[in-house]
Amino acid sequence: MTLPSLNLLLQSILSGIFIGALYGLIGLGLGLAWGLLRQINLAHFGLLFLGAYLSYHMATVWGIDPLLTLLVIPPLFFVFGVVMQWLLARFEVSPFNSLLITFGIAVVMESAIQAVWTADFRRLESHYSQMRFTVGSLYVPVPELLTLVLSAGIAILIWAAMRYTDLGKAMRAMAEDAPIAAAFGINQKGLSLVLAGICAALAGVAGICLALTFTLTPSQIFAWVGVVFAAVMLGGLGSAIGPLVAGMIIGVSEAITMAVASPSWAPIVSFSLLILVLLFRPGKIRA
Amino acid sequence: MSPPPGRPKEGLASHPAMLPAALAIALLAALPWLGLPAFYESFLYLVCHWTILAVSWNILSGYSGYFSFGHGAFFGVGMYASAYLAANLGWPFLLTLAPAAALAALLGLALGAVVFRVKAVRGELFALLTLAVTFVVATVVLNTPIDGGPGVYLHSVAVPEIGPTPSSSLYLMALAGAVATLAIAWRIFVARLGIGLFAIHDDEDVAEVMGVPTYRYKLVAFGTSCALAGLAGGIHALFVTYVTVAETFNITVPLTVVLMSVLGGVRHWAGPAVGALAITSLHYFFTAGIDPLVGRAAVGAILVAVILFMPQGILGFLLKRRRPQARPAASTAAVPAAPTRRAAPSGRSAPLLQVRNLSKSFKGVRALDSVSLDVYPGEILGLLGPNGSGKSTFINVVSGHFPASGGDIQFEGRDLVGLPAHRIARSGIARTYQIPRPFAHMSVLQNVSLVAMFGGAALDQRRALEQAWQWLDFTGLRDKAGALPDELNLHQRKFLELARALAARPRLVLLDEVLSGLTPGEINDAIELIRRIRDRGATIVFVEHVMRAVVALADRVVVLNHGRLIAEGPCESVMKDSEVVRAYLGAPAHA
Repeated sequence: MTLPSLNLLLQSILSGIFIGALYGLIGLGLGLAWGLLRQINLAHFGLLFLGAYLSYHMATVWGIDPLLTLLVIPPLFFVFGVVMQWLLARFEVSPFNSLLITFGIAVVMESAIQAVWTADFRRLESHYSQMRFTVGSLYVPVPELLTLVLSAGIAILIWAAMRYTDLGKAMRAMAEDAPIAAAFGINQKGLSLVLAGICAALAGVAGICLALTFTLTPSQIFAWVGVVFAAVMLGGLGSAIGPLVAGMIIGVSEAITMAVASPSWAPIVSFSLLILVLLFRPGKIRA
Repeated sequence: MSPPPGRPKEGLASHPAMLPAALAIALLAALPWLGLPAFYESFLYLVCHWTILAVSWNILSGYSGYFSFGHGAFFGVGMYASAYLAANLGWPFLLTLAPAAALAALLGLALGAVVFRVKAVRGELFALLTLAVTFVVATVVLNTPIDGGPGVYLHSVAVPEIGPTPSSSLYLMALAGAVATLAIAWRIFVARLGIGLFAIHDDEDVAEVMGVPTYRYKLVAFGTSCALAGLAGGIHALFVTYVTVAETFNITVPLTVVLMSVLGGVRHWAGPAVGALAITSLHYFFTAGIDPLVGRAAVGAILVAVILFMPQGILGFLLKRRRPQARPAASTAAVPAAPTRRAAPSGRSAPLLQVRNLSKSFKGVRALDSVSLDVYPGEILGLLGPNGSGKSTFINVVSGHFPASGGDIQFEGRDLVGLPAHRIARSGIARTYQIPRPFAHMSVLQNVSLVAMFGGAALDQRRALEQAWQWLDFTGLRDKAGALPDELNLHQRKFLELARALAARPRLVLLDEVLSGLTPGEINDAIELIRRIRDRGATIVFVEHVMRAVVALADRVVVLNHGRLIAEGPCESVMKDSEVVRAYLGAPAHA
């Protein structure tokens, strides 16, 4: 174990914040569905990668600017989310079974992605990839910064929507007590469809960010599950800002662990945090 | 959901299925000498391998409902233990299997000892916690000399010469493991442990109050499950000959195991084995014949289809039609009397239950505030008070459902405060719930016999069933013995609560509003029934709002208000007490 230089440490913290923003963005849709719809949606990770590959395909094969895919992929995924929710509601799937079903869907999606794009590594090369600038002695890569801006912007937007719009208030009421909410005239079925659509669209946005910052391979789908779950549970189910904050805490602590110890120790941070939260603050997660 | 199928009688050797099972095992064990191609041996090895993993997973997760996603961790610990001992320390391979199982069990027991104490970590939180443990173990293994990064090779480890070829030896080891796992799973399924675990599955709090030692049972099931997973891992290390962290501790093992179990049926001991056979065959023949990608996709699609259309699994689906008929046992035998002799209600002998300064706070709300009272043997004590006065809390604390915040409870001279609820139940106290909480997946008969087994009566299974029939007669539920609680109406559910409490053969019965919601005719029946319970020698404390019943039954009443005891004595005089009148009706306007 060697102590890194201050500059390296600061650079690590910065990259931790960036990766944490991505954790938060992926966790946002997952946590909303978990907290408000009582679904543990592993298909979210399938959608994440599908979004990433679609963005990669549009950018490298069709030559579309990756940021323009933001206008195409999320609406498409919204429709997918609505259809899936309609099916889950139709069969009255319990929270635990939703985990199993969406795992099955994720496996099918993984196979489909591999069938189309093969198991080889794919990298979205665009004019953003190499863009970076320096602040003092720190490098700031533009794709990562874009992810951070999107992640924070969307989280704040959703937080405000949940708090101040009628739709958001209705959703919170529904999550609190669905039968009572229904008795006060809230259309539970319709709201669930909209919410599931939004969550799927968020997976699409996160996928685009993933494609901008990471090299893709289908087998990586489940590698993200653990750390994102940790961010969601630390941040609180159904919370808009929580996963982002928790994601950054995890990202920074991982980055510091990598710099101080070795990169292979990094996973222990998020999972130990998750275990501790589960054991000592389980009520916070249930809420 | 169907109830667990009929439990065979105990006694391994006399079981009718023993002979065919022994023949089948002998045939499977003889296969390597019949000259099968190695292809079949590795296929059969994988079937046995997944059978051990899935069936062992089910012992905790299927029976008790604690779905673990951490089976990969225990499997991996066993795998690395065997690999390390055999490859790095040069142990003979067979000797490494015991430490592999032991280490995995130790990890499981250590984890369970912490996790099972936290009440809120159930359901999906338990699943995630065990998943997280998998990755922590993986990181530790990867970064310590156990692995260190490059993985462990077992090429130089000699395969024990059990069969004619190395691949047949591996198959025979896995077969032995699978047979042992199935035998253990079956044994637990038919034993008290299994019955207790199924009760935990349905309602853990109630199971504890009915006398099931939930903490210990979960721990035993978890330890057994982990040991078997460790064994499977140990054997598998030699099968793959190259052990890496990435291949061992990934999400595939837990999810495949869950998939197999759910597909086969988690409410039956053999369900996961059916699932293991089905999925392994699918995998094997898809990867052999068609594109492996299509095979993976097919497995995913099958999982979705099974959950949607066959949620109780293949075996559960097949067994549904074979629901055990309610056996009308000869019921000439009289209902047994409670173990204590009948004492005169008025006799002021030593109190049966002595409560001193009992307090209970919920986050600052004092639900019970220094309550002191005595209950004498053979009496019926009515516990009265307005809503929210602490009556139900009193029952919850005395029965151990909630821990007391302060004070003393003595039952027959023994201190109850701090005892776990199942010990209180065993010492001779039984209770009913205001809103009936039967075990939803057990028949009416099983609900009652479970309490006869685990409560104060502590009978063996056969005697518990006989007694359960008699208590069903006593409460008039004989016709409903084979029904699930969902099929009962409120009146019958209330009487089921009573039958369950009585089956424990308690010396003290705590009845929490058994009459609420009943029609006047049903109330008359219930009053008659409660009298008969007392006539059999039990002492009764009952919470009730139906004053007609209180006047008819109670020898004495106590009145609670805002958690304090405000009056005590014979019914008529207490009802005239000015403080009691104020508690119910408010202060008179002209006062």
